[in-house]
Amino acid sequence: MILQLTVALPVLAAALLAAAGRWLPRLAVDAAALGTAAAVTALTAVALARSPHRPQVAWLGGWGPGTGVGIPLAADPFAAGTACTAAVLTLAALAFSWRYFTEIQAAFHAMVLLFLASMCGFAYTGDLFNAFVFFELMSVVAFALTGYRSEEPSTVHGALNFGIVQSIGAYLTLAGIALVYARTGELGLATAGRHLAAAGPGGGLVTGAFVLICTGYLVKAAAVPFHFWLADAHAVAPTPVCVLFSGIMVELGVYGVARTYWAVFDGLVPLRAVAVLGAAAALLGAVMSVLQHHVKRLLAYSTIAHVGLLLVGVAAATPGALAGTAYSLAGHAGVKGALFLGAGALLNRHRTVDVRDLRGRGRGMPVTGAVFLLGGLFLAGLPPSGTFAGHSVTEHAATEIGWWWYTPLSVAASALTAGAVLRVWAVVWRSAPAPAASRRDGPQEREDPETRVTLGSLPWTMLAPGLVLLAAGLATGLIPGGPVAAAAEAFTGHGAYAALVLDGRLTHPRPVPADPWTLPGFAGAAVTVLLAVLIAAATLPHAAPDGGGGRVGGRLARRPAGRAVGRAAAAVTARLHALHSGHIGDYAAWLTAGVAVLALLTALR
Amino acid sequence: MNLPHLLPYLAAGWIMLVGLYGIVTSRDLVHAVVCLQVTQSGTYVLLLAIGYRSGATAPVFSDRPPPPAGGPVTDPVVQAMALTDVVVGATVTALLLALAVQVAKRRGTLDPADLRSLES
Amino acid sequence: MTARVRLLLFAVGTAGFAALFAAAVRGLPEFGGPVHPYAARAVHQAVREGTPNVVASVTFDQRGFDTLGEELILLAAAIAAVVVLHVVRREEEDDGAAHRHGPAEVSDALRIAGMLLLPVTLVAGVYIVAHGQQSPGGGFQGGVVLGTAVHLLYLAGDYPALQRLRPLPAFETAEALAAALFTAIVLYAAGWAATGRVPALNGAVGAEVGCALVLLLSKFFEQALLVRDPARPTK
Repeated sequence: MILQLTVALPVLAAALLAAAGRWLPRLAVDAAALGTAAAVTALTAVALARSPHRPQVAWLGGWGPGTGVGIPLAADPFAAGTACTAAVLTLAALAFSWRYFTEIQAAFHAMVLLFLASMCGFAYTGDLFNAFVFFELMSVVAFALTGYRSEEPSTVHGALNFGIVQSIGAYLTLAGIALVYARTGELGLATAGRHLAAAGPGGGLVTGAFVLICTGYLVKAAAVPFHFWLADAHAVAPTPVCVLFSGIMVELGVYGVARTYWAVFDGLVPLRAVAVLGAAAALLGAVMSVLQHHVKRLLAYSTIAHVGLLLVGVAAATPGALAGTAYSLAGHAGVKGALFLGAGALLNRHRTVDVRDLRGRGRGMPVTGAVFLLGGLFLAGLPPSGTFAGHSVTEHAATEIGWWWYTPLSVAASALTAGAVLRVWAVVWRSAPAPAASRRDGPQEREDPETRVTLGSLPWTMLAPGLVLLAAGLATGLIPGGPVAAAAEAFTGHGAYAALVLDGRLTHPRPVPADPWTLPGFAGAAVTVLLAVLIAAATLPHAAPDGGGGRVGGRLARRPAGRAVGRAAAAVTARLHALHSGHIGDYAAWLTAGVAVLALLTALR
Repeated sequence: MNLPHLLPYLAAGWIMLVGLYGIVTSRDLVHAVVCLQVTQSGTYVLLLAIGYRSGATAPVFSDRPPPPAGGPVTDPVVQAMALTDVVVGATVTALLLALAVQVAKRRGTLDPADLRSLES
Repeated sequence: MTARVRLLLFAVGTAGFAALFAAAVRGLPEFGGPVHPYAARAVHQAVREGTPNVVASVTFDQRGFDTLGEELILLAAAIAAVVVLHVVRREEEDDGAAHRHGPAEVSDALRIAGMLLLPVTLVAGVYIVAHGQQSPGGGFQGGVVLGTAVHLLYLAGDYPALQRLRPLPAFETAEALAAALFTAIVLYAAGWAATGRVPALNGAVGAEVGCALVLLLSKFFEQALLVRDPARPTK
């Protein structure tokens, strides 16, 4: 019953807010939404706590497995954990928007609750087509939330790009689901998986179905070259929405790939395509992140990089790597959520999130400064954060299967993204303010703040959620390795999902507990943090009196030897920026090419 | 399997590609949104082709006996999925068109080539 | 990226997609073949539950949770339309004088045809909703008929009458309440007989679809009529 309630409660609350939002006072809207999110958090936590001991499965409408026509909801520990992460982030986002965030007829709160319901539904559903429906619901709400401040031109443009690219991906997913249905006559993940496993190697149809289904999820997970929508959408979406996008929505794409693979296609197709696209995302996202001045865009590219690492972790296809990926996902959600809320604090105080305009203007915002400093260090994997545990465990597991390249990739991506964040901290909180006369007065667009009034000092409701999320990101590293390893084993076990959903039977594996506290793990973290600090220092713009700082590689360019390097870097930078053109035709062409790459890599035997 | 039996499926793939081509070469965002609908129409054709059954009628039994007495019927499940798909498509289109209206108002153009990059 | 490069990239992608798709459909069962296991089960269950329209049984009963998601997409879109297009309303109000959309110049024949068709279409819509469990049709189809029926008034040239006929706040509330009702029935009425549940769900869907359609169209009407108004220079 609690699984249905997890979806029904936010839906009912959203419907009531939509029905009465015109007349309700703001306080009631805030309280109702927060209360609902808190209740959903509790429900998912209960499901998470129960899932290792009792099967958490519900067949909707009483159409049980015997009838062969119903839709199941099932919560294994990872599903419940994902839903719980979504609920916690929603709680933080709603707390941040308490009272001050500009509201239109309670629409924002209603949509955030619908978003929560869609994410929980997607995490719990055990049916392919139902997953598509909730995936689409998630997308539709996401487009609308992105376009929320529709008075700004870049907002609607970003939302439209987001909408078109996501929808193409979703329709390809649906085509893949149709292929599975035609072949097996089943829509349930478990039943279709059993059917395909019994039929043996599938050839073209299985490859085609897997590639098409994964395309939609990989668009959501922003794997290269499907990633273009993400930065466009994140840069313009309201801050609380960015928390949900970066913290969990994008990661649900990774979850979708993992769930579909192990429940339906286990062992029938290789995952190397996912690894390649994920690795490309990790590298490109990290490099692009360093090249940004717009803080939200910077964080968005950093999300692309970290989710790319998650995809590689899933593609390693071992329980150990998946356990590490789970640590990373939870830790990243907390840290990235906190950083976005920090960016929101900057936006509401200074009406801009461009680092070039914010130089030295962080004084008087010590809490936000601490969030950026600690957030940067946690992104680099400072122990005992969840990201540290994730990197340590995943690197160990990847090395075990001979993926020697994973550790350098993970270190490089983490160091670059963390360096970018640390640079923001250094410029905004540790530099002398630029003299007023020399401030950049180029074609910058002042952004409207998200609050009705520009706040002189930030209320604690805007600061506390960030701190709590940061603490949560820290605490996830302390989750004992035993249950995580057991959950990963249950997730990847051959036929384990079908046994849970169809027979109500739990598998009780006793794997070696995941152990982040190893010497290579600490060494990796130390190297990453050191590199991150070096990168931040090297790319720090020099405080030239002309105020034209902010050019990446400023330090380098001052030395004669560095000039050639600087020029080459500038050329590469320009090409990378030009690639992310905001042109929807480009994005669609890249998407099609990405499907071809996926197909090629998956079809190779 | 011979070509006539593959044709309905291949037509579905063809329609999806035509829609994608339209989006790639589009000079107008409203046109791009409509092309997205074309892409989606490919999935309707695919679903209904999968559910088709030769010599069968609609799966409604208000005026005739249910099978096996009443002869075969087409697949009701794909029809239900196509119905869901149609509603999803119409809704997404409405929302994207609303966004396109706003792009036209704010930027003064609907040509993707004339829209400034969002990369700062 | 130039148009040529973009097209080249797309051509590469198309080749890959075409190869993938062609290889995949070769593995499908024969077109029009007799093997549809899920369909057989669905028909069996629908007949057992006494719902003659099997598609309605699948949509509302057996796979009602899909339809719940779909309903919520509609609800989300209606809320989203308010959000995305709200600025225009504010602009309009800021301008002071609201626009007047008087009856347009249309022929009497068109006006009379519109007025006559309106009640007939409404009745047809209600019929399609109400008989959804027995004959082709149902909440979605009937809801669309109901939602578009009121716009016959617009076609008949009388936009003010349309505005009077559809007070938007009431429709917003009704739509959200219908969605809430649908959610409650799908998730918590497993014990009801299908003969009661399917018509109830059809009704809730019909109400929601009709209201959502009216709301969505009303937002676009505001846009279109605002732009067309010759008194205002278009921006």
